[in-house]
Amino acid sequence: MKQTYQERLHDLWGDMRRDWQLYLLLAPMAIWFALFLYKPMYGLVIAFQDFSIFRGIEKSPWVGFANFVELFQNDMFIRAFWNTITISGLGLIFAFPVPIILALMFNEVQNEVARRWAQTIVYLPHFISVVIVAGIVINFLSPSIGIVNLFLKSLGLESIYFLTQPEWFRPIFIGSSVWKESGFESIVYLAAIAGVSPTLYESARVDGASRWQMMWRITLPCILPTIVIMLIIRIGNLVEVGFEYIILLYRPSTYESADVVSTFIYRTGLQGTQYDLATAAGLFNAVIAFVLVYSANRISRRVSSTSLW
Amino acid sequence: MASFNLYSRGDKIFGWANAILLSLFVLSTLYPFIYVAAVSLSSGAAVTAGRVTFWPVDVTLAAYEHVLSDRMFWVAYGNTFIYTFGGTFMSLLIMIPGAYALSRKRLRGRTFFNIAIAFTLWFHAGMIPFFLNMRDLGLLDSRFGIIIGFAASAFNVILLRNFFEAVPKSFEEAAKMDGASELQLLWKVFIPLSKPAIVTVALFCIVSRWNGYFWAMVLLRGEEKIPLQVYLKRVIVDLNSNDEFASSLLTAHYSFETVTSAIMIASIIPVLIIYPYAQRYFTKGILLGGVKE
Repeated sequence: MKQTYQERLHDLWGDMRRDWQLYLLLAPMAIWFALFLYKPMYGLVIAFQDFSIFRGIEKSPWVGFANFVELFQNDMFIRAFWNTITISGLGLIFAFPVPIILALMFNEVQNEVARRWAQTIVYLPHFISVVIVAGIVINFLSPSIGIVNLFLKSLGLESIYFLTQPEWFRPIFIGSSVWKESGFESIVYLAAIAGVSPTLYESARVDGASRWQMMWRITLPCILPTIVIMLIIRIGNLVEVGFEYIILLYRPSTYESADVVSTFIYRTGLQGTQYDLATAAGLFNAVIAFVLVYSANRISRRVSSTSLW
Repeated sequence: MASFNLYSRGDKIFGWANAILLSLFVLSTLYPFIYVAAVSLSSGAAVTAGRVTFWPVDVTLAAYEHVLSDRMFWVAYGNTFIYTFGGTFMSLLIMIPGAYALSRKRLRGRTFFNIAIAFTLWFHAGMIPFFLNMRDLGLLDSRFGIIIGFAASAFNVILLRNFFEAVPKSFEEAAKMDGASELQLLWKVFIPLSKPAIVTVALFCIVSRWNGYFWAMVLLRGEEKIPLQVYLKRVIVDLNSNDEFASSLLTAHYSFETVTSAIMIASIIPVLIIYPYAQRYFTKGILLGGVKE
């Protein structure tokens, strides 16, 4: 036994010496991942400390789960957690189907040139920064000169200061997210549609099927696996919402419906300096996210032969 | 097309309904851009009076003159260029050689590194530990910090590695016969053959750098270092509620709205220029990214 072990070690050493150039090429990337993604994971321990930035991780006292206890007694965190789930859930209901419908509609356009133009336009907002999207939203909804309120006034209605009212926040957030992303998200479904065998349509046509029937009975069932995979990914990302965008749109008067876990972390940890509490909130969220994504990937492996990564 | 004759009346109605609904969607995608452009070209008085809805009214370039004469706008624009191109260059410099090494099946420890990289897709330390880490590394308020701190991502590494793995063995063997080193092999064989994947990754980096604001806002303190998106955020979002500032901008020629619209258009234009070229690659990249490991 001892000999084989030494032999194996010798082989390993030999292989590593042979491939020293490859390790050299790999080194910068490996160091980068260690320094910028793995080292912060060590920093997660401050979730279990009474952390002070002046004492650092080594000298801050350990407090066990005290930060988590404090967190779960914090109404603002509980609210943020439910807001996260609610906003994701509403997105699942209202935003998720849009790219599927768009892809089906694109597929029915006969004129190649018109189709390409339409696609080029609806993909565009994906490439625009959230700051600009927020700027456009603020502009459109402005109570004095915003186009939406001008329209309301022309109908003889009162103008509404949408962005200060909590009940309007979620429709605005989800609506503008649909505007920004649904076109681009349709790409995945269009690729799936492109893979549907033309013979299916030909034989359906011979049987006298209408275009509407073919869309329902052929296209949609054929892209169902893709839809299921995208749905699973979406569920896996249930606790991740576009907080960079929320930060731009929310304000204290809409926190009750807009504040999510990430924005809560941002306020308590980066705008305030309760690093330990904010890290505990982040760890809690990350663990849930990990479990969700992991199970989502396991399920999708079963649903389709190709896994997500 | 001959098959056109086969369509019944119902099919034609379906086709028209589809075309109309889709056109409405396309127009509602386009309208905000048209509106912002119209506002940026209109006079402040016309916008404040609510007369601009589609076409510019009292066309003037006053708002653009105001924006382009603001020194901070140019500083921020220059910074964005530094972060976009410096950051993209750094990303490629780190990820291409790394992904190439990981694409070599014979490499010992390959599985370990692959899992370690894929794991970061699933789990990350989060905002606060990342911020404190940047602080510990002395990268707060540093241009280099912005460039290096976001240089790699698991998604892009996996995309590149998958592409390198698909390069046919025969190319590699021919070069090896000539006694090429790994670096030469990468430079002369793999990079030229993987141009589509590399361009895709570069474009992903460029767009995310150009549009990124959050970490620049958090990490940078100095006015002189902020990129365009942070500048935009300060002007559009933070100052919007500040009526005093808004009214200070109001003259007969331009107003708060026309000025902010002009800044938005100025920051969108470079995106529009590369967009037609980038679009093809993005479509491919999205599909490549979904390919099995």
